[in-house]
Amino acid sequence: MVIGLGHYLTVAAVLFTLGVFGIFINRKNVIVILMSIELILLAVNINMVAFSTHLNDIVGQVFAMLILTVAAAEAAIGLAILVVFFRNRGSIAVEDVNMMRG
Amino acid sequence: MTVTAAFFYLFATITIASGFMVIASRNPVQSVLFLILAFVNAAGLFLLMGAEFLAMILVIVYVGAVAVLFLFVVMMLDVDFAALRQGFLQYLPIGGLIGLILLLELILVVGTYTIDPGLVRSPAVPIPSADVMTNTEALGQVLYTRYFYFFQAAGLILLVAMIGAIVLTLRERVGVRRQDISKQNARTQETAVEMRKVPFRQGI
Repeated sequence: MVIGLGHYLTVAAVLFTLGVFGIFINRKNVIVILMSIELILLAVNINMVAFSTHLNDIVGQVFAMLILTVAAAEAAIGLAILVVFFRNRGSIAVEDVNMMRG
Repeated sequence: MTVTAAFFYLFATITIASGFMVIASRNPVQSVLFLILAFVNAAGLFLLMGAEFLAMILVIVYVGAVAVLFLFVVMMLDVDFAALRQGFLQYLPIGGLIGLILLLELILVVGTYTIDPGLVRSPAVPIPSADVMTNTEALGQVLYTRYFYFFQAAGLILLVAMIGAIVLTLRERVGVRRQDISKQNARTQETAVEMRKVPFRQGI
């Protein structure tokens, strides 16, 4: 049984779906939503590396590394905003994010 | 080849199962721990694909930095997480429906695509074979030459993120005694020490 590109893409697709599903069912918990975004980015990274290996082209891995950088920065900023929001409101529920009346 | 397949199925199964537990577990601390498990097993998948450097970076950056950051924040915030689970079942049908549609579409795409053979024949930067150059060296030779501006932009993004996180979370509390070094240095003996003549058997 040869493990090909399709196997990795399927794993990435399932992981991506789990991330999107997690955003939907954890509508109130911002921390889990941030974790779901991390899962989505991980799925994208698996796609990038799988195609890089399959097409014998290392550029995919370079871009996977850049995605990793952006994911780390996003997690840091997101959690910082979360901490500030919790300090101001004493809650992290998504429906309480209405200070701007948007 | 069977060993590779066995390891692929092991890593893939654990990755997906722990990814599911991330979104389904009741306790966010458990979610973070399952997130770490998912990242470690994804690093195993990267190893199977021959991207050793990215696998190690994934363990270092995600497990060592991002997941620990999540753990810090989860433990620092005093939140009633049970209350946040309210409405879990309310969003389950629509979320499940959308997830199912998305998964079906993605599987259809994965199952039916074909790659242009010209693309396989002419990679932008071909991966050198493992006995010529390690994966790390090959990645460095591309990253520091051809994609140097991208590398610099990544560094700039990290700098902005770092400054942003510091600026967001820094707060000046009132009523906290802080050390003021210039004030301390400006003190002289005259302002600091007062000589009193103490009368005998009276005190001050």
